[in-house]
Amino acid sequence: MTDVRYGHVWRSIGPSPRPAATADEVPVVIAGAGPVGLAMALDLGRRGHRVVVLTRLDYIAGGSKAICFSKRSLDIMDRLGVGQRMVDKGVTWNVGKVFWKDRPDPVYQFDLLPVKDQRRPAFINLQQYYVEEYLVDALAELPGVEIRWGHEVRGVAAHDGGVSIEVGTAAGSYAIEAGWLIACDGNRSPIRTMLGLDFEGRIFEDNFLIADIRIKEDRPAERWFWFDPPFNPGKSALFHRQPDDVWRLDFQLGWNIDREECLKDANVERYIRAMLGPDVAFEKEWYSVYTFQCRRMARFVHGRVIFAGDSAHLVSPFGARGCNGGFADVDNLGWKLDLVLGGASPDLLESYNDEAIVTADENILNSTRSTDFLTPKSEVSEAFRDAVLGLAAEHAFARPIVNSGRLSTAISYPDSALSTPDEDDWTGGVAPGSPALDAPLGEGWLLGELGDRFVLLQAGGGATAPEGLDTIAIDSAIALARYGLEAGGAYLIRPDHYVAARWRRPDAAKIARALARAQGGDPR
Amino acid sequence: MSLILTPNLVDPDGIYEKLIALHEGRDAADSQRVNARLILTLINHIGDRETILEAIAVAAGGKV
Repeated sequence: MTDVRYGHVWRSIGPSPRPAATADEVPVVIAGAGPVGLAMALDLGRRGHRVVVLTRLDYIAGGSKAICFSKRSLDIMDRLGVGQRMVDKGVTWNVGKVFWKDRPDPVYQFDLLPVKDQRRPAFINLQQYYVEEYLVDALAELPGVEIRWGHEVRGVAAHDGGVSIEVGTAAGSYAIEAGWLIACDGNRSPIRTMLGLDFEGRIFEDNFLIADIRIKEDRPAERWFWFDPPFNPGKSALFHRQPDDVWRLDFQLGWNIDREECLKDANVERYIRAMLGPDVAFEKEWYSVYTFQCRRMARFVHGRVIFAGDSAHLVSPFGARGCNGGFADVDNLGWKLDLVLGGASPDLLESYNDEAIVTADENILNSTRSTDFLTPKSEVSEAFRDAVLGLAAEHAFARPIVNSGRLSTAISYPDSALSTPDEDDWTGGVAPGSPALDAPLGEGWLLGELGDRFVLLQAGGGATAPEGLDTIAIDSAIALARYGLEAGGAYLIRPDHYVAARWRRPDAAKIARALARAQGGDPR
Repeated sequence: MSLILTPNLVDPDGIYEKLIALHEGRDAADSQRVNARLILTLINHIGDRETILEAIAVAAGGKV
């Protein structure tokens, strides 16, 4: 999204003082205290690193931003220790309904049934400011992490051994010498601009109106999507529940509009009443108009400056692939930068560049396809779209083609340089480069046991793990079936819970080679 | 019924994308022309008369 306005304060914090030292040396500086920057700080801070987060804001911003958090993001947040707070506050939802024109019954309905025998649901809805607040609270427990509120990156000069950063505050500017700079500074990324880096892709000529409102009615926690409804003819609309009786209403507006006029309360309320009825009682939480783009940088790693989240890649909001995509970056980068800070070759970060680009490209592809279905660009495209919707109401075959947003799921890296290709025949299980599946384990959950280090998942004993590699024995029938494991088999799992290698009958040497490869070393 | 009316595409989004891309940059008459060519090609591939007649009936039944 490209028109998030920062004027709205969710939680006031106040500016941090300017540091006393004239020159500050910090191993890692993170620019931006949105969910991606904060989660990045939490990941590295939990691994014991000193991190400084710079944000030009001195408050947690409110307003309508990300609301849908995927199971994969919840798994990541569990690893970072804030998943439970998110789930406790969030609205869990499963059902999505697609409506067309004035038909009272949905032409299509999908059910993201809670995935059985996994800890987390497919999705929760939660306002972004709550996520930021939970992350800020968790960071306060880490003595090595410092958030500097009201400190803006004004200049960046990258060199071989690090990055010189000029920081502006209300009390004057100062310099930081950073080992690494992670730019989580959003879609307009000042750091990307300062470094003169590219940001290529497609701009969609359309505007959407978001109205987050409070309604005191008991309506189901379902995602309702309309194509060409009577209350927004020829365009689309969305209705989705958030915590605190807040609902997200989203109306497609078209391209040639007067944005100021559209944002006036009277105009927005006209849309709300058209959708929900003339007598609906509601309170305004936040209105905004946004446009969107699908684009990304050619590379995310530029020497000692690394881009993550919206600064590196942008998608349309249909599919909830923005913030969830940013969390995937954090998850991928955290353990790799940890190893590099511990002395590993920075070449390992090239795998972040490669894998995060695979993720970004899949998100952009899905988001672009959804957008083209939602807003057909020609008469014939619209005719096909309407034919799909009409057929979907009558015949099952057309329903998978209905595209109101393909919702974010974990993305695999089938060609990752860190993976060891299978040498055995596998008919099921989880292939190298794919995310580990959750399953009950003992009193808890398998993903919870994986933690944030490399782990060998073993069935029924077998090979001895190399020194320093923790082993988890799995015995539950569900876990064994999910991984296609029989006694003696094993999986090597990365700290971000991706499968690095698997064997029917591993030996210690094979495991050691796969571990070296997954850490960016020479697999031979 | 021999006509398949349950989901039968491995990659519906990818195929739909190609279908729409076929029409990119074409005017209405040209789109009609490629649509007709596409349908004729597909019904030849199906071959079976009854199946094609069932598909024609499905197409005619869609009320907007």
